[in-house]
Amino acid sequence: MAEITLAQALNKAIDEAMAEDAGVFCLGEDVSAKQGGGVFKITSGLTEKYGEHRVRATPISETAIVGAAVGAALAGQRPIAEIMLMNFVGVCMDQIVNHAAKLRFMSGGQTNVPLVIRTTTGVGVGFGGQHSDMLEAWFAHVAGIHVVTPSNAADARGLMRAAIDCNDPVIFIENILCYGLKAEDPGPGYRVPLGKAAVAREGSDISLITYGRTVLDALAVADELAKEGISVEVIDLRTIAPYDEATVLASVRKTGLAITLHEAVRPFGTGAELAANIQEKCWDSLKGPVRRIGGTFSPVPFATVLEQAWIPNKGQIIGQIKAALGKG
Amino acid sequence: MSTIDRAKLLDIYTRTMKVNRTDEKFRSLLMQGKVAVMYYCVRGQELVSAAAMAALTDDDYVVCTYRGQGEQTAKGIPPELWWAECLGKVTGTCKGKGGTMHITYPEKGIMVTTGVVGSGLPIATGLAMASQNNGDGKVTLVSFGDGAANIGGFHEAMNMAQLYKLPVVFLCQNNRYGEHTAFADHTSSESISARAAGYGMRGVLVDGNDVNAVYPAVQEAVDRARAGEGPTLVEAMCYRMMGHFFGADFSYMPKEHLAEMQREDPLPKLRQVMLDHQFSEEELDAIVADIDAEIDGAVAAALAADLPGPEELAIDVFETPLVEAR
Repeated sequence: MAEITLAQALNKAIDEAMAEDAGVFCLGEDVSAKQGGGVFKITSGLTEKYGEHRVRATPISETAIVGAAVGAALAGQRPIAEIMLMNFVGVCMDQIVNHAAKLRFMSGGQTNVPLVIRTTTGVGVGFGGQHSDMLEAWFAHVAGIHVVTPSNAADARGLMRAAIDCNDPVIFIENILCYGLKAEDPGPGYRVPLGKAAVAREGSDISLITYGRTVLDALAVADELAKEGISVEVIDLRTIAPYDEATVLASVRKTGLAITLHEAVRPFGTGAELAANIQEKCWDSLKGPVRRIGGTFSPVPFATVLEQAWIPNKGQIIGQIKAALGKG
Repeated sequence: MSTIDRAKLLDIYTRTMKVNRTDEKFRSLLMQGKVAVMYYCVRGQELVSAAAMAALTDDDYVVCTYRGQGEQTAKGIPPELWWAECLGKVTGTCKGKGGTMHITYPEKGIMVTTGVVGSGLPIATGLAMASQNNGDGKVTLVSFGDGAANIGGFHEAMNMAQLYKLPVVFLCQNNRYGEHTAFADHTSSESISARAAGYGMRGVLVDGNDVNAVYPAVQEAVDRARAGEGPTLVEAMCYRMMGHFFGADFSYMPKEHLAEMQREDPLPKLRQVMLDHQFSEEELDAIVADIDAEIDGAVAAALAADLPGPEELAIDVFETPLVEAR
């Protein structure tokens, strides 16, 4: 089988969905062929196939982009809106939180909002404070939205198809540093169900629960610690909210120890919710407190040295694991 | 004399009086303490909604605001469903989960009622975009007040709608107040419709108290939108004769201006137009009596209806009901 990058996987998933359903369309800044198919080329080649109505390049108007996606979704279409960088979602939060998330509920189920909001972010590319935040907790805190992020190319293809199929709004977070990751192409029609986590690596001593780019760090750490006889189980949530509670709790009940790991800042992050829930429901199985690893509580800095100090690193993860196991 | 034909005039009159009688009934129930909910009074704006809705088909889409009773009633939400929703009953349009500020009824094209000022405009562009994408010939009308013209979403939606020539009608009901702030104190331009020029869009300013001004203007905007000629911003000058919401103090509204605006009341003017067109007093009164009877029946049914059960909290959050509302 051929290999594809995560970026190509997303493009293939969208292309395939557009070919199958005339109601699927893309909109966002710079997305059409005239502008080169998106800043990160995710929509490259689609205008040529589907025309400019189905790959709409928009003005820099985040509120109108998401608002239009909400309206089109209410009318039965399946818009895929691109908010170029996650930090810009602040501009359109009203449309996401008050409208996309709530219209199904407030209408008593008469209408639904099957839209996907694709957005990109990531620490480690030197974009500084206004282009790098992981803001998944903002959305996880609002009832009615699915929050999804892939950590590998195959999942990216499958999760994107599932997100487009979904009859609820989905925030789809793409980490810029992951776009080049390669995997075997799972092929057309591949879907990864929303709300289903992956046991990315089985282990017996401790559960490391994470998602997105930090899954790579978690797997690397697990490899390294295996050499020392420490068996780390890595859970890739894939869907951050609503998350796969059963898989998380089963893992923790097996290992008796848990660490949550994410790129977003630690205070009030999704790791806090995971930790609290694990503590409530797995108290009898826990051998120690649930630990949390997250980004530094400061804006993401520009200077490479500061940026690398900001993001959770493998050394920190190893340190926390060893401390949890009493081997620190 | 009017250029509007008799059948359409009768249609607009009936819709207008439905809106007015619904408003009167709501205020009366609130005054008597029989219900205690938020209600945004539409007294003074009945004609704008009714004439605008009369320019649409059942299938056309409408996005309105918390002060949307006029659009909702005039577009044809059955009164028994509307009242039940406003009273939070399970028999309401939205099973009591929307309420007065969030009424939805897609069967008659009422797609969104938003409680957030100005946020309906971007959504309306999206409904219109869907119609343009799939060629269904529907027009979307979004109703909003003068206050909404000052949020960013207004400008983004105007620009986008004109850019793509979307089949949308922006209907600004300029009732002279954004919450408690008078028009001149919140808007730098002399009119909202003048702003259309800034987007290369067609803008029309009409007297919202005159059926012969409102209906033809909205109908033309709808026809142009349906013909692919793009959006229009119609501004109908009217007056909110009461406070922001029912029961709110409105001493900030100058008495002299209120008195002046009461002389412009659209209802006696509309009645005169009807009489000029040889409708009899008896005929017009009989229409109102029928409307009152229907509303009384709807209110009685709504008052007697069941409240939603707590299980509803887990339903309609996502497509698949939540097992546990965490």
